[in-house]
Amino acid sequence: MTVPTMAEMMAQGKQPEVLFWVGAAGSYDDRAKKISRAFVKILHQANVDFAVLGTEESSTGDAAKRSGNEFLFQMQAMMNIEVLNGYEVKKIVTCDPHSFNTLKNEYPSLGGKYEVFHHTQFIQNLISEGRLKIDDTTLKGKRVTFHDPCYLGRANEVYESPRNLIKRLGVNLTEMKRNKSTALCCGAGGAQMFKEPEKGDKDINVLRTEDALETKPQIIATGCPYCNTMMTDGIKFKEKEAEVLVKDIAELIAEANNL
Amino acid sequence: MQYLPNIIFAIALLLGIGFFVMNIHKLSRNIKLGKDVDRTDRKPERLKNMIKIALGQSKMVKRPFSGFLHIVVYVGFIIINIEVLEIIIDGLFGTHRIFQGVLGNGFYAFLIGTFEILAALVFVAVVIFWLRRNVSNIKRFFSKEMKGWPKNDGNNILYFEMVLMTLFLVMNATDTAFQQAGIGNPISQFIAPLFDGFSAETIHTIERSAWWIHILGILVFLNYLYYSKHLHILLAFPNTYLANLNPKGQFNNLESVTNEVKLMMDPDADPYAAPAEGAEETVPEKFGASDVTDLNWVQLLNSYTCTECGRCTSSCPANLTGKELSPRKIMMDTRDRLEEVGRNIDANGGTFVDDGKQLLNDYIKPEELWACTSCNACVEECPVNIDPLSIIMDMRRYLVMEESAAPQELNMMMTNIENNGAPWQYNQQDRLNWAKED
Repeated sequence: MTVPTMAEMMAQGKQPEVLFWVGAAGSYDDRAKKISRAFVKILHQANVDFAVLGTEESSTGDAAKRSGNEFLFQMQAMMNIEVLNGYEVKKIVTCDPHSFNTLKNEYPSLGGKYEVFHHTQFIQNLISEGRLKIDDTTLKGKRVTFHDPCYLGRANEVYESPRNLIKRLGVNLTEMKRNKSTALCCGAGGAQMFKEPEKGDKDINVLRTEDALETKPQIIATGCPYCNTMMTDGIKFKEKEAEVLVKDIAELIAEANNL
Repeated sequence: MQYLPNIIFAIALLLGIGFFVMNIHKLSRNIKLGKDVDRTDRKPERLKNMIKIALGQSKMVKRPFSGFLHIVVYVGFIIINIEVLEIIIDGLFGTHRIFQGVLGNGFYAFLIGTFEILAALVFVAVVIFWLRRNVSNIKRFFSKEMKGWPKNDGNNILYFEMVLMTLFLVMNATDTAFQQAGIGNPISQFIAPLFDGFSAETIHTIERSAWWIHILGILVFLNYLYYSKHLHILLAFPNTYLANLNPKGQFNNLESVTNEVKLMMDPDADPYAAPAEGAEETVPEKFGASDVTDLNWVQLLNSYTCTECGRCTSSCPANLTGKELSPRKIMMDTRDRLEEVGRNIDANGGTFVDDGKQLLNDYIKPEELWACTSCNACVEECPVNIDPLSIIMDMRRYLVMEESAAPQELNMMMTNIENNGAPWQYNQQDRLNWAKED
């Protein structure tokens, strides 16, 4: 798979259309890496001129900031901004709503001003520009429910672009009782991903998985690598992995288009 | 002697309003104990929010049943104030139903008739509220933090409203001239027959008593506000106007930290440099919040505005799964501590004397703070745009940056970010490996 880096692009004197911010999960987590690859396949199919930072990319600092370490966050932010501004980046796309939120909302006042897209928004634009088509026959009729990531939904009010893409797959989209602005967190946000939950009577991802299972889905669609992990774990906990798949919207599109 | 009632009325009115104004001063002083935050921008948007959310109750009706009942009580409250105006004029000048003459029988009948119907509806709504609070099984009314005063406060407000509405209707029912005129008494005409056997004098005494207790009750209720969650009827307006307008996911970038980080990252900076000549000696700013005075004044206003409805807590994923965190409790604790600080200042002649307590640990435990997923469900739910998440985040900042008291796993995550540029222990040189696998 060809994934050009900004450094290579620069060496050739080129400026790509968009920077793909892969994020730590998308780079290192085995499950999330599949999402990164699916998204790259879509970018290739739509002939998008893109590049990644590769080894020059570093944590956005989201997890540090939300766990209260503003120092570490700002150090990360300033280092990343230096790199991004060095490459004169204008447009960024990412599959991670946490990176999306941080780059879009928290970097500007530290000197990093970019046009930032979540991959579902970016893919939707590709479709409306006529650069990409989604095959609506491969997954036709499957029962799909979508779990809104907090940092895409409530945090940035992006509710429609993921749903729009799912509907284009020709599937049967059913909503959970808590959806859009009232969606329940997967349990990973605010740096919870990196620690054991505080004591209680249930894990949040299990409760959210129960919400999803009530819709009797064949597929739980996600738009965030952390939500994906949490929902996958929830499905395993409920011993439903034989019946229910957890897939990122990028993976579903790649699958529908046989990429 | 004939002016005695007027004089007593004027004194009662002055005392009632005077005491209220005094408490409002205290309220404003307490809120100003918070740090400054600029909310003077985007005025049209702020005004729109206030009109839509506070005046228009747009977030209340997201839960339609309680939302509808709340609108009945709210409309009743606002409109009945016109009646209160008449009572005040009558009371001060010894007139009786002054608006009847001024507005003419027809319009007066319409007005008072509307009040009577509203009063009856408010009474019914309040009874349903009482049943929901005390009899039905609505979890948010029976949580841990709703014991003692918070529970009694909720009920007191309902009793107040029941009594005030009853007095209003009885006052109309026993106003013989008003009943005989048969104008604007759609409800009280059915109450009037209850007094049929009474002498004219007794009925008049009942009317006067109901009138007096009604207006005195209103003055007492006005002064009850400051001690009660009912303060939201006033503060919902500034609170929605001043609410955060940025995307909910956008957390502020602490400026004090930015300065430090810039200094650290600037290769030319001299860390041992003496402060410039004439520069003011500044106390290094505390990072994050451990007490109410570290919070900003909008966060403090939030705490006074909270009416403890618990919609935040009932949508909080941590709370729903049995964890210690309750966003409502965060707001109640903030208000309780702020009141305590205020009383301390009053008792010590205008300055705060260290009482060895603070919001963190004495009120809010770290366990509560660490249970938050920062998902913004509480912020989304609040009918008056309170932001409990911002307080949680500021307190986490204190725990991490001042006390290094993060849970061990988070410390490891932070170390990894610092060393490897990722929350996991991977080598930054392996960041592109995903592209080579398939």
